[in-house]
Formats: sequence, structure tokens, C-alpha cells
Amino acid sequence: MKIGQRIGLKLGKATRDAFGLALAEVGREDPSVVVIDGDVHNSTRTEYFAAEFPDRFFNVGIAESNMVGIASGLAASGKTPVVASFAAFIMCNAFDQLRMGVAFPELPVKVVGSHAGISIGADGPSQMGIEDVALACALPGFAVVVPADEPSTKAATRAMIAHPGPVYLRVGRPKVPIVYENGCDFQIGRAIEVRDGVDVTIVANGIMVAAALEAAHLLEQEDISARVLDMHTVKPIDQTALQAAAEETGAIVVAEEHLHYGGLGAAVAQTVGELCPTRLAFVNLGDRYAESGTPDELLEKYGLTADNIVAAVKRVLD
Amino acid sequence: MDRLLSDEKRTELVELAKRIRRHIIKMTTEAGSGHPSSSLSAVELLVTLYFGGFLRYRPGEPGWPDRDRFILSKGHAAPVLYAVLAEAGFFPVEQLWTLRRIGSPLEGHPNRKRLPAVEASTGSLGQGLSIGLGHALAARLDGRKYRVFVLLGDGEIDEGQVWEAVAAAAKYRVGNLIAIVDHNGYQQTGPTREVLDLDPIPQKWSSFGWHTQEIDGHDLDAVAAAYSAAIETGDRPSLIVARTVKGKGIEAVLDELGDHNMHGKPLPKGAAEKALALLA
Repeated sequence: MKIGQRIGLKLGKATRDAFGLALAEVGREDPSVVVIDGDVHNSTRTEYFAAEFPDRFFNVGIAESNMVGIASGLAASGKTPVVASFAAFIMCNAFDQLRMGVAFPELPVKVVGSHAGISIGADGPSQMGIEDVALACALPGFAVVVPADEPSTKAATRAMIAHPGPVYLRVGRPKVPIVYENGCDFQIGRAIEVRDGVDVTIVANGIMVAAALEAAHLLEQEDISARVLDMHTVKPIDQTALQAAAEETGAIVVAEEHLHYGGLGAAVAQTVGELCPTRLAFVNLGDRYAESGTPDELLEKYGLTADNIVAAVKRVLD
Repeated sequence: MDRLLSDEKRTELVELAKRIRRHIIKMTTEAGSGHPSSSLSAVELLVTLYFGGFLRYRPGEPGWPDRDRFILSKGHAAPVLYAVLAEAGFFPVEQLWTLRRIGSPLEGHPNRKRLPAVEASTGSLGQGLSIGLGHALAARLDGRKYRVFVLLGDGEIDEGQVWEAVAAAAKYRVGNLIAIVDHNGYQQTGPTREVLDLDPIPQKWSSFGWHTQEIDGHDLDAVAAAYSAAIETGDRPSLIVARTVKGKGIEAVLDELGDHNMHGKPLPKGAAEKALALLA
């Protein structure tokens, strides 16, 4: 992946790999953790957990609705179930089950959607979860978490298990640049300031955090000082960090690998609009599906690069 | 067949069944909405389960970890569940008359957040068997001996998720999972045979690997024998298809109203009085 290369970010593991490895680790510490699979454990990387804890791993076949129902029952009887499949399938196929079996009864089911965004590449739009954040945010009580890289995904996985309520964790397929070389202080609901700046704030999550850092570097060469906030938790959103960004920098660009409606951009706009109305611009997929291609080709064609963020910053500062 | 129920027990259950039918009529007519006919078909199934010595529960401790779970997957039959729970002592019978009123935990469909005696929040059909399977697997993981009973409607099994759960339960050979299909022959807009015919139900489930039985769902002795056999099965999940009558107990009143389905309709006041007299 080209993102971050210009500023020397090293490529780390895919966030799905980081999740899978961290899940196996947490499994060793917490015997209440059980995993429900929809026959994609070698894609979601729950395979590491499955290999260590076969009795606590249930591959129920390609049946997302049933997966979530089973998780609901397991949670009601005291387990901490992790339901993992492709973001597109678990959120879109099992949405009513997430509503009735998880959100409405307020059960601590952990939902993990892998292969999120267009950066999965060649498999094409049917496999790309790009509505998932909007859907997860619509469920009352859900925390919605979109980590940026390998270290923060490991931390996010632990935070997800420790969180008392339901969580949606979004992870991706390709290897992604490392933002947090020295680890990170990850708390659900608390944004991380990855870089300080005074002229504009770029609020991003997922792979767009690395793109935002790259954009900030490019902007610096033009004497524009950009703050970068890793808004890994879309819900509950960090209002304090957003208010400070709005007040201190006066302009915000929101970058995400998701559709325009219902994602991070919407959450930021709602918050800033209420607390401190500010000029905003958005870098996202718009209102359309993508196509097959390599991850880099797709990110470029569909407008999710550092250059797109730079252009948005210029629009918002114009 | 040996009868499992003593004469005394049977007499007690017959009386309880009548009382619960009266509760169902009163509750729904008082509320002005609800699903009495869908509730009436399941009365003997629930009375035998809760009062025939099959379901292990503690009314003072609804979250008792070793309790048997009962999940009403056909959530629209909430009135029969509430009436049974009240008679079992989970809450006062007087609370039944608050059905569907603002602030009452007795909502139109079961809500486990509001009413702890309810095991699962249901009402969107097709989901209870999966939830029951989750509980059944949790029992296995924890080495507990509780059983999980799930009551489904015959229209409800149109939902594809039911069949996902049927297949998965067979895979995991959950002997502590017992499904009951209340086969009253009607769904919202007409006979199940006309809307989507899934007969013969037992053959379909047994082809997945389930133990199956088909019984008269209003015959207390048959229901008791079926629960007993299902519990004895042990090494695989068990299905009881209960042939029932929608609106059982008030057929004469439904005759007069000219509607043997009466789906989601409470009896008008006058008809309710006649029904209560029939069930006196």
C-alpha cells in the first residue's frame, strides 16, 4: 500500500491479522471469550483463536443471522462472544439479529467486521463493507471502533473485550502502514492526537490516519500546520477533542474509507454543528459503490489519498 | 402409553389452563390489542412445561444460573407467557391488566430488559432458536445441566434463520435443546398450507438429525410424555410438533365472529364475556 510511504511509514500487519493475534492472546487470559465464525476464520484470522481453543470456537457455517442469535444466547448466559465475519456480511445480513439479539437487550456481544472498505481490492464491491459504520452507529448502545494500524488494532481488540457493552470493531484486509511505532494509549471514546497543528484539523480513522499524516507533511511544505486526530471511535465520539479542534484550528477535514452518509463525517458534523460550528470538508467514498482493482488503484480512483486530503484542506481554508 | 400425570396433577393443570385462557382473553380485551388466538393455541404446552414439573425455575431468582431457559420465539404470544409467569409467581396476577400500557414491563412483545422472567426479547420472528442454541452451548461450556426450550410458531418457520439454527444445533448435538412448534395451522393472512406449506415438519427436521415427535398439543398427557421423551433423548436436539387449534377454548365464539384465525385481534367486549363464560 502506497499510503504513508512518502513519509517513511513502515508497512505493518493487516489489521485483521492484528485482531486475530490479539484475540488469541485475550483468549488465554479470559476464559469467558468464545468465538462464532461464519466459515471465514482464515479470512478474519479468528483461526489463531480456533487453533488454541477449539472448544470455545463455533464455525456455524455461512449463516450470519444464526451466528448473531447464538452469540446473543451465549452472552445472556454469561459468555463474552466475538462474532467475526466480513463487515459487509455480518452488518448487512444480520442487522435485524444485531438489533433484536444484541442492541435491544443490551448484551455484550463483540462484532468484528473484516475486509472493510475498498482497500480489499480485486474481490470487488460485493465483498466491500462500506455501509458498515453507518449501520453499526444506528444501533443504540453500540461502540463503533475503526483502528488505524497493527498496534492500535491489538489495543482495540483488548479494549473491545473489556468494554461492558456491545462493540463493532472494523478491520481490513491489506497490510497497512504503522502509525504507532511505539504503541498507543488506546481508550474507546478517546481520540488520539497523532500530530499537533494550528491551521486545520484532519479527523480520520482506519487507513486514512496514515493518509492524514502524509497530507499533514505535504501541507507543512506549504506552511499550513495541520493537526491530525485519530478518531478511532466513531461512537461514542470524542466531543472534547472535536470541540478543541474546532475552536483552536477553525477548520476540519474528515477522512474515512466509508460512504458519505452515516459514517465518521456525519458524526463529526453533528458534533461540531452543535458545539462549535466550523468549516468542514469531507474525504470519503461519496454515495456510490466501487469496483475491482488493486488497493492502490482503487484508493486513487475513488479519492482516498493524501492528495485528496490536501485538496480538501485547501477547499476548507479557501 | 403410561400416563405421566397423576389424576390430581391433571385436574390441577386443566384448571390452570382454563384460568390462563381467561387471563389471556381479559388481558387482550382490556388492552384493546394483542394476539389472543395465537396465545390460546399454546396454553397446554406452557402449562405442562411450567407446572407439570418439567421446567426448573425459581420465581424469586429469575437469573438463577442453573434455571432451565424457556424462549418464546413466537413473541406475539406474549399474553400466554405473561399469564403463565404470573401464575408461577414471577409477578402478581394483577399486573397482567397493565398489558401494553405505557410504563408496564408487560410490553406487546417480550422484553427481557423490562421483565427479568423473560429469557429473550422476541417479536421479530425466526430468531429464538438461534438464541436458544447459544444458551445450550453455554451450558455445555460451563458444565451446567440446564435445558433450553424454544417455542416457535408454524408460520415463523418460514424464516430462513430457523433452518440455519436447525442445522447448527444438529452439528453440535445439543441434547439440552428442545424446540416446540405450535402448529396451529394459521399465520397472519391465512392457513400456513396456503401461505407457505412446510409440512411435513418432523420429516424436515429429522433429516437434519433431530429427534422428532408429533403430538396433540392440547392433550396434557401427550404433551407431558413428549417433554419426557425429549429430555430423555440426551444426545441430540429434539423437536415436538404440537398440532393445535388457533383460538383453542373459544371456538364457539370464533364461530360466531366468523373468523377462525383472528390473528392479532382482541375479542370485542361482548364476545370476551361469552368466551369467559365458556371458560368458567
